[in-house]
Amino acid sequence: MAKRRIRVLIAKPGLDGHDRGAKIVARALRDAGMEVIYTGIRQTPEMIAEAALQEDVDVVGLSILSGAHMTLVPQVLEKLREVGMGHVVVLVGGIIPPDDVPKLLEMGVYRVYGPGTPTSQIVEDIRKAVLHSASSAQPEPVP
Amino acid sequence: MSLAQALLQGDRRALSRALTWVENAAPEGEELLKALFPHTGKAHLVGITGPPGVGKSTLVNQLARYYRKDHMPPKTVAIVAVDPTSPFTGGALLGDRIRMRDLTGDPGVFIRSMASRGAVGGLAWATGRVAQVLDAAGFDLIFIETVGTGQAEVDIARLAHTVVVVQAPGLGDEVQALKAGILEIADILVVNKADRPGAAEMARTLAQWLPKAEREGEEASSWQPPVLLTTALRGQGIPEVARALEAHRAFLQRTGLWQARERHRLEAEIRERLREALWQTWEAGGGRERLEAMVQAVLQRKMAPQDAVRRLLEASSEQP
Repeated sequence: MAKRRIRVLIAKPGLDGHDRGAKIVARALRDAGMEVIYTGIRQTPEMIAEAALQEDVDVVGLSILSGAHMTLVPQVLEKLREVGMGHVVVLVGGIIPPDDVPKLLEMGVYRVYGPGTPTSQIVEDIRKAVLHSASSAQPEPVP
Repeated sequence: MSLAQALLQGDRRALSRALTWVENAAPEGEELLKALFPHTGKAHLVGITGPPGVGKSTLVNQLARYYRKDHMPPKTVAIVAVDPTSPFTGGALLGDRIRMRDLTGDPGVFIRSMASRGAVGGLAWATGRVAQVLDAAGFDLIFIETVGTGQAEVDIARLAHTVVVVQAPGLGDEVQALKAGILEIADILVVNKADRPGAAEMARTLAQWLPKAEREGEEASSWQPPVLLTTALRGQGIPEVARALEAHRAFLQRTGLWQARERHRLEAEIRERLREALWQTWEAGGGRERLEAMVQAVLQRKMAPQDAVRRLLEASSEQP
């Protein structure tokens, strides 16, 4: 009948319009049995947080090629926390200089992926992360 | 505070979590549906269906926008968008939100994507229950967008008060309109992409060939499904569709059909739940083992399936 499926939001914040990478990841996750909500390009942090909330996703994947990741990622994380979705696993993919990776992880990003990452790696990471957060999850307090 | 209470007070996080429970058939979801049930029955459920790529999501986006920005007084809108689950991997790519970005940041709108998860009637197994939760949450209008449908995915007719069938020019000749199925369930017909060649002719043909087939069990109705032209991408023809929705709603209420459809839907839900419960009771009472024995007998052609069922029923009525 129905059972729990991993739900992932794939979004492209910022202004660059290159969504090939995001689409490839979205398809790979679908093929791995996940439900992928694809929102397309030019998403604001507010739009991403709102979609994550409405869709009750486990994971948010951000594709950023514009170089604006150090601005956009903290904004998305902030908005996610604002709407009560601070618990979701956040992944970042794109062109990210190595020096920025530790900073992103420090902010709360779960993994950062550069060009050429095998999609199987992303699938595996998501499964591990969601399994972990599901087993340690507390019943959510409702305000 | 319980999740149901939070939801009823407009907490969107609670609503979203509730939808997940219900979609996953979690035990908490059943309790929640019970608690919410007294608050349901108010929303206008509108189905949007039609072949892939005709512009269903774009039309829903525009209709929701219209009801939020141009309709007086504005109505609150929930959208349930169903996309297909892969039969091979169980995964799904849900892309309807791409066309609904105009609705961001409006607390009077809530959009939820659903994967069909193996159901074949154009909806997911839990779509009706998801609509119930949104109804209880107080949305005035609930748009239910089906997967891109062919000719036989007509579950939406059982769920929605009003069904909008969307077509676009270039999809087939008039014989397509005569086939039973999806056109027959239309309360409103929309020919989208009206800026393309052939749209007006298509609308004329559809109007000609579209005497309303009565839904079984309903009195002869005088509703003539209007055929409307839209160019949803540019927002053209949207107020007319909204007016037709309002007219259909008024018609259903005036003629008592609103109640009749409600009754039909709730009876179907009771039947479905009863069937499920009976089956579970039967299986738990040793039915599963007896069934396996019968399957073997049928497999070896020692018994016809009809006789297997008769024996199984006899065996279970002999049980204390």
